[in-house]
Amino acid sequence: MSRASKAVRVGATPSKASSAVILVVAGLAFLYPLYALARFAFQPVGQHSGFTLDHLKALTDPIRAYQYDQLWTGIENSLVIAVITVALMLVFLLPAMILAELRFRSVRRVIEFVCLLPISIPTVVLAVGFVPVYQRVWDITGAVPWVLSFGIGIITLPYAFRPIAANIAGIDMVTLNEASRSLGAGWLQTVWHVILPNLRRGMLSAGLLTVSVVLGEFTIAQFLQQNTFQTGLALLEHADPYVASTFALAALLFVFLILVVFGALGAGRRSRKAS
Amino acid sequence: MSHVLETPAETAAQTGTAVQLVGVVKEYAGHRALTGVDLAIAPGEFVALLGPSGCGKTTALRALSGLESIDGGSILIDGVDIANTPINKRDIGMVFQSYSLFPHMTVQQNVEFGLRMRRVDAASRKARAKEALEMVGLGHLSTRFAHQLSGGQQQRVALARALVTRPRVLLLDEPLSALDAKVRVALRDEIRRHQQSLGITTLFVAHDQEEALAVADRVAVMNSGDIEQIGTPEELYLNPATPFVADFVGLSNKLDGTVVGGVVTVYGQPLNVLGDAPAAGAVTAYVRPEDIAVAESGLPATVVSTSFLGSLRRTFVRLADETVVAVQHEVGDRLEVGQSVALRFKGRPVAVAPKA
Repeated sequence: MSRASKAVRVGATPSKASSAVILVVAGLAFLYPLYALARFAFQPVGQHSGFTLDHLKALTDPIRAYQYDQLWTGIENSLVIAVITVALMLVFLLPAMILAELRFRSVRRVIEFVCLLPISIPTVVLAVGFVPVYQRVWDITGAVPWVLSFGIGIITLPYAFRPIAANIAGIDMVTLNEASRSLGAGWLQTVWHVILPNLRRGMLSAGLLTVSVVLGEFTIAQFLQQNTFQTGLALLEHADPYVASTFALAALLFVFLILVVFGALGAGRRSRKAS
Repeated sequence: MSHVLETPAETAAQTGTAVQLVGVVKEYAGHRALTGVDLAIAPGEFVALLGPSGCGKTTALRALSGLESIDGGSILIDGVDIANTPINKRDIGMVFQSYSLFPHMTVQQNVEFGLRMRRVDAASRKARAKEALEMVGLGHLSTRFAHQLSGGQQQRVALARALVTRPRVLLLDEPLSALDAKVRVALRDEIRRHQQSLGITTLFVAHDQEEALAVADRVAVMNSGDIEQIGTPEELYLNPATPFVADFVGLSNKLDGTVVGGVVTVYGQPLNVLGDAPAAGAVTAYVRPEDIAVAESGLPATVVSTSFLGSLRRTFVRLADETVVAVQHEVGDRLEVGQSVALRFKGRPVAVAPKA
């Protein structure tokens, strides 16, 4: 073996064996807590093995229904907040990024800075800052949970920004816009027929991450004393930890399902192109 | 019925569109990219804008297209000032340097796009797009996506897409730059053929002078935001109006000379001056390699290198004062590196510029 081949290959692609080891270790680190959660949720009480759905029977018990009311309401609120947050992302962030790319290129860095800023600020700090703001907002709207979308929307900004920015970087949007306009399309026609279809993957990924963040958000809702999925889950944890664990797992599966659906939508596009 | 390709009779009947840039000025943050460009393109004419990077040729084309607003002057199409007309209302076809096909659309959908925006009905749209694709020889690839095509094919589709709407003017923004040499020549000739058969007024931006000289009816050489000279390729090459054009178009040897009585003397040999001779004094003379011959006797030189260029050979020789001169000669005249030779100027008039 030559001296050169013995040298350490900095930044080289790992071998297949190394890749497999990394994959297995990372997979175990990710899956073991889920396994433990599932085992706790579905294991008969007082036993070290076995599987039972008995814990879930409590959900249909009318006498214990009051225990779960807050969870059901929290899920409903979180889904509404998720839909509104995604809508806010599509209505405000996406057009801002498109405009910055096509018309106001000097503000691209500003938008990036603003969007990535929330990731560097602890959510607790943000939540404390939101309290006086929301006190004023709720004077107008009443203490309705959907208004949380604006606050949670801020913490989802980095997660929504990155996939769209990556998508924009991957296409020559300026030339596509100019080509479209030279062919007779107006601004809105260009955005609708040319820009948005090419940003579909970025928008889907941004939407998925936004939904994930909203479903996992606890701090802001807790500080603002609103009932969301996570706050409902935290309360239920004390009354019925088995059902709470089951719902935590279900939430993960839900996000995973969205991931698969979004991935399939993107793959469908790719396979149609390749055919 | 033919929609895109016209018959010769129709082409002859087609008057084309006249384009005029009058004193067009464009500034970017205080820098004048266009300093008052005047350019008149006759109906059906193919004009190339040629010049070094940053000379303003692309800015001029983008101003005509409407992609850039102008800060002064006017842009006339058939005598109507369109300077304030948005790009999508100018009825201009454009082919870009980077492949600008819409990646989410098939070739057919790409070509139909301009017609869709003009609300042409689906049946006509389909027929015209099919015809345009057949015109560029890609009718069989109509269901493909852009990423499934080669660079040359993508630019052919872009050309079909630009022409299918029957625009008044066709603008080509370095459409061949990203292609390999062989495809570039083939597509260049194809563009010229379609332009002539359709009789469409065309403005072509090129940084490769061979491309510009090969296809254009007239070439406008730009420098520092203005047109230095516009003329046929032969005029530019044989009678450059300025030292810049002489230096930029083709290859020139920049040799020291002295003007006396309207004649420049270069290495002891008197040569006539192109255009008006400057006042007597030291000048730089621009002498073409093909205007210098390797002779039995004359200016002594030593061969530095020699290159085979297919139909001719170019040899670089060093004079006694260390000046390196390019000489063009027959392929059969083989010269060896280090060989002593003699040079003779053939006596053609040369462009000169006073020495700074």
